[in-house]
Amino acid sequence: MAVTDRDSAAQAGSPDESFEHELPTQQPQLEPQSRISAEIERQHASAAHGGHQPHLDFPPYRSSILRHPTKELRHADPEGVELVAPVFGHSDVDPLEADLTIQRGGDPIGERMVVTGRVLDGDGRPVRHQLVEIWQANAGGRYIHKRDQHPAPIDPHFTGVGRCLTDADGNYRFTTIKPGPYPWRNHLNAWRPAHIHFSLFGAEFTQRLITQMYFPGDPLFALDPIYQSITEQSVRDRLVATYDHDLTTHEWATGYRWDIVLTGTHATPLEREDDSNE
Amino acid sequence: MSDPQPTPGQTVGPFFHDALPYAGDSHLVPPGSSGTVRLHGTVYDGAGKPVPDALLELRQADAVGAIPVVEGSLRRDGRFTGWGRSATDAGGHYAFTTVEPGGVDGAAPFFSVMVLARGLLDRLYTRAYLPGASDAFLDRLTADEAHTLRAIREDDGSLRFDVHLQGEHETVFLRFPRHVQ
Repeated sequence: MAVTDRDSAAQAGSPDESFEHELPTQQPQLEPQSRISAEIERQHASAAHGGHQPHLDFPPYRSSILRHPTKELRHADPEGVELVAPVFGHSDVDPLEADLTIQRGGDPIGERMVVTGRVLDGDGRPVRHQLVEIWQANAGGRYIHKRDQHPAPIDPHFTGVGRCLTDADGNYRFTTIKPGPYPWRNHLNAWRPAHIHFSLFGAEFTQRLITQMYFPGDPLFALDPIYQSITEQSVRDRLVATYDHDLTTHEWATGYRWDIVLTGTHATPLEREDDSNE
Repeated sequence: MSDPQPTPGQTVGPFFHDALPYAGDSHLVPPGSSGTVRLHGTVYDGAGKPVPDALLELRQADAVGAIPVVEGSLRRDGRFTGWGRSATDAGGHYAFTTVEPGGVDGAAPFFSVMVLARGLLDRLYTRAYLPGASDAFLDRLTADEAHTLRAIREDDGSLRFDVHLQGEHETVFLRFPRHVQ
C-alpha cells in the first residue's frame, strides 16, 4: 500500500487516543468510515488466503500501527515452564462468579442470556478444569471503567466481569446480559460490534488465548477493523456465537453457544513429528 | 478426522482492568520475604512511547528449577504457583515480586512472558533470560536480538526487562510449533 497512507495513519493513531470513547465531534480530524472501509477492503484483497489469526499489522485498526512487531515471530521449541499451564481450581473461583446478573444486589438491565460452549485443544481434547475469564460492556454499551466515557448509562447492578472453570468435559457456562455496541475513536462514527472478551488457558502455557465472542448477524461486522483484522471469512466466523433455542429458557433468558479451540499441545510424541519443521 | 480449527485471537482492548488484574496478582511471593527479586520494566511502542494499557503474564520455575503445578494460581496465600500478572501503569511500567528461576533440567533459566495490549491484535510470547544466559536458542539469534531477551541486573539487585513492541530495539517474540498464522 502507499507510504502516504501509512504516514497519515500513524498520525491518526498516535498516542493520546487511550480515551477511545471520547465523542468524535470533539475530534474533527478523524477520518470517515468510508476511508477505513476502503482500507479494510484493500487489506483483504492483498492478504494471502488461509490466515488463521488476525494480522498483527492491520493499519485500519489505528492503534495497531505502532504496536505490532515488524519482525517475523521466531520459532522456538517450547521448554520448561512453557509446557505447563498455571493450575486453577475451586479455591480460585466461586461458582457464583459465572453469573454476572447477581453480582450487585439487583437485576441488571437488558437481555438476560446464557453463553456456554466447550473449550477444546487442537487435537479435539477437552480442556478440563481450566480458568475462563470474561468481561464486557453493559446493555447500553458501557464498561465500568474509568476510561470509558461513552455517555450511556452505567448499570448499578452490572459489573460486566465473570469467571468460571471448565468442567470435566471442557464445558464453560455464563449467565449474563447481552452487551450493546459502543462508539470508539478509531475513526469518525466508529462503533464496535457487540462482543464479550474471553481469556482462556490450556494445558500448556503456549496455548493461552485472548479473544472476543461476537453475536450472529451484527450489522457492524463489515465496518469493524478489529473483527476484520482476520482476513478470512471462515476464520472470522469462528468468533461468532450461535443462537441456540434449546439453551433459551422459558420466560428467563436467551441462549448462545460458542465453542473455543486452542492450539494443540506438544505432549504426544507422535504429533511432534509434524512440528519439527517450520 | 481433521483437527478442529483454532479460534483466532483478538486484542485485549482498553477495558480489561476490572477483569484480569487483581489484588496481589504481581506478587508471586509475598513482598519482603527472603530471596525475592523484582522483575520489572517498561513496555514501549514503535515511537518509543510507553504503553500504559498493556498487561504481562509471567510463568516460571522456582529457585531450584522445579515447575510448580499447584492449584490456586489466582490466590496469594504464600504458595508459590509460578504464575502472575502485572498491568502497566500510566508510565508503561510493570513489576513482579518473585524469585529468580532455576534452570529446568539443566537448561538456561528464563521467565516465560506473555504480552497483551490495546492495539496488539493477538497475544505475544517472549522470554526473559537471566543476565549472561546462553543456550541453543539464544545462540541462533544475532547479538542484538539476544540482547532483547536478557534481563539486565540493576544496581539495586532487581532485574529489568523492557519490552519493545516495535522499533529499533524490537523484542524478539516467539511462535511455538502448532501455533498457526
